Amino acid sequence: MIGNINFVSSFKKANIISITVFIISILFILFKGLNYGIDFKGGTLIELRTDTSTKASSIRNSLNSMNLGDINVKKFGRDGDYLIKVEQKNIKNSDLIPSIKKTLKNNLNSEIDFRRVENVGPKVSAELLESSIIAISLALAAMLFYIWVRFEWQFSVGSIIALLHDVVITLGLFSLLSLEINLSIIAAVLTIVGYSMNDTVVIYDRIRENLLKYSKISISDVSNLSINETLARTIITSVTTLLALLSIYILGGEILRGFSFAMILGVIIGTYSSIFVASPILKFFKVSSKTLEKDEQRIEP
Amino acid sequence: MLNFSKINVISIYLIFFIISVFSILNFQKVEKLPIDKKVNLGLDLQGGSYLLLEINSDTLIEEKIQSKVIPLKKLLKDNNLNYSNFKINKKTLNFQIDNIDTFELVFFSKKNNIVNPFIDNYRSFELDYKKSNINEIEVSFSKFGLLTINNSALKQSIEIVRRRIDDVGTKEPTILQRGEKRILVELPGLKDPDRIKKLLGKTAQLNFRLVNNNTEFGVDELASETGEMLKISKRIVMSGENLIDAQPSIQNQENEPTVSFTLDRLGAQKFGRATTDNVGKRLAIILDGKIISAPNINEPITSGSGVISGNFTFQEATDLALLLRSGALPTPLDIVEERTVGPDLGEDSIKSGLTSLIVGFLLVIIFMFYKYKIFGLVANVALVANLLMLIGVLTILEATLTLPGIAGIILTVGMAVDANVLIFERIKEELKTEKSIIHAFDSGYSKAKITVLDANITTLIAAIILFVFGSGPVKGFAITLGIGIITTLFTAYFLARHLTSIIVLKNKNKEVKI
Repeated sequence: MIGNINFVSSFKKANIISITVFIISILFILFKGLNYGIDFKGGTLIELRTDTSTKASSIRNSLNSMNLGDINVKKFGRDGDYLIKVEQKNIKNSDLIPSIKKTLKNNLNSEIDFRRVENVGPKVSAELLESSIIAISLALAAMLFYIWVRFEWQFSVGSIIALLHDVVITLGLFSLLSLEINLSIIAAVLTIVGYSMNDTVVIYDRIRENLLKYSKISISDVSNLSINETLARTIITSVTTLLALLSIYILGGEILRGFSFAMILGVIIGTYSSIFVASPILKFFKVSSKTLEKDEQRIEP
Repeated sequence: MLNFSKINVISIYLIFFIISVFSILNFQKVEKLPIDKKVNLGLDLQGGSYLLLEINSDTLIEEKIQSKVIPLKKLLKDNNLNYSNFKINKKTLNFQIDNIDTFELVFFSKKNNIVNPFIDNYRSFELDYKKSNINEIEVSFSKFGLLTINNSALKQSIEIVRRRIDDVGTKEPTILQRGEKRILVELPGLKDPDRIKKLLGKTAQLNFRLVNNNTEFGVDELASETGEMLKISKRIVMSGENLIDAQPSIQNQENEPTVSFTLDRLGAQKFGRATTDNVGKRLAIILDGKIISAPNINEPITSGSGVISGNFTFQEATDLALLLRSGALPTPLDIVEERTVGPDLGEDSIKSGLTSLIVGFLLVIIFMFYKYKIFGLVANVALVANLLMLIGVLTILEATLTLPGIAGIILTVGMAVDANVLIFERIKEELKTEKSIIHAFDSGYSKAKITVLDANITTLIAAIILFVFGSGPVKGFAITLGIGIITTLFTAYFLARHLTSIIVLKNKNKEVKI
């Protein structure tokens, strides 16, 4: 059903694109920065539902009088639903939130339903950021180790480079689009890591099998053959996963939107990287059937 | 791979049946079943408040180090150690001394050491000292001394927080210690935590002190409730520790809300003596350093009960009574994290979560059927079984389901078919070269096995690390993702394989298309 597509011939072009996008992403992350949410930056978030006639500007105006520093008000879902973000200040939680609520109640001519209130102090947000970075690094290290044990080190390096590629480009896109990074985005990034690794492992598994089966064929041709043999699976699994994710993105409500968007990006980038990043690296390391044999001899003396 | 012994088949379906039966427990309404297990809804789904409190022990440590001054000076004198320039700082005591060796000997003596007791639990002294200059010594609490102070303050705070929250009467609160300095409070169903936050924000140190100009004990100048500046003696006549009960009450003459209190025996004695000796003077009632009121002592109060008035609303009187009943917190509590979700947002989240789950599920099922026809159905049966088992395991563990958790389930649905897709695609390849259908299926399953395991174990690693190091929403997501991987492996390699074997063995002489 799917013909023999020559992927290897486009490796070079794909690599140039990947490296360019990767570097641009790093530049974006470094110079434009990431838009951290209150989980990592500290601050206060209030989601409220008002009459549909309430304007964002009137919310902003009434809060400006409180001298709270940087305030961000944006529409959140349906008309009259707003998300307010107030930057971290040295005001105690127990004083700040009641006074914001009071100000809004006094100044807006509308019933106000405070649907969600979140406040994260500076200490906690720093800890959350730290533990998230630890979690991502550990996940990468653990997978690197697993692949190293199951395959050869060349495969391990290849899969990690593919993973870094996915994570960095996803974060780069978040920086470019100024999307918020919060705890659930970290969960999404880690799932992307898992998914992309899953995809890479399937192709690597086949490459290893074919290397042993056809010891005379070059790594390029083995890669090409293996990618083609697993292509149907790659596409079908991406489709079912994307179907589920699109369903969350469209129907799952505002809170899950950022999370599912990151996942959709990640699945697409992860699928791409398994074919166009992870496989060329094996060629770069000149992996051949000998690489595998050497190891087997060592294991069985 | 297509041969199943009877025992195998029975155990596969038995395991599936037992686990998935638990998922049904969530949907029945009958109460008091022998097995009462349910998936808990997280605060983001049922609405409620999550608060993380941190004890602020700075003032406590200050007080504790000050209480060491007199015993320390006595110790130095008793051992004929001459000291000079004794300074009391916030967290340290500094002084100069001639004979540091002798000092060290008595300072770190394990026998009857009142100044610097040895803490057996930590095998460490409560205090430590360092030389900051020649002959200059700086005494402060040791690492474990601080830990002991924080620990006991935290334990005490948890108890008082629990009393205050129970008194307000919220349903099923969770109050737990988190680390060395924090208390986690979860209040399901609470729409507005402001009152509880207000109650927890007060240490509620109640003192009765006389208003006078006598400087014997030193005076503080404090503003009264009417704004009048009063000189208050530093001597504490009686403190809140001696209170055994406090209730809101209404003074009949003016219908004014007040708080009436009852004292224990010792408190009644102290209060009786002080009021007898000071008739005609004013007694200031001070809460957390602020004067509530400073009434005149008209006559001795020896009954062991009294009334506090202070222009309260009834709510204020109720809250003050509650604070006094529950006792004072040893340190102020700071709210370092708060997450409150209103009940209607929770409901909306459940609704949109379920809708997207059902739609995502149907889309995947239709796609699989279109792609693999009869074997698509097998994969779909496995998917349904997977979902039932996933919810079953969550029920057995009484796990907490959060909105990211629902997302984890939906993602499992999308990724779960991967195992079957891998297997089916492999069988397709085998069918190209292999004549015998049974052999093709057999080798398809065994060849795909390693790939399926490798692929899923990597995702499982990510899920486990998310669970261990993640917090809040991340944890909820990791639970469902991790359990989902395990149920996926089970349903693909046992249930779906058995169903496939039935189809293949029945049609072994016909052509089977996949």
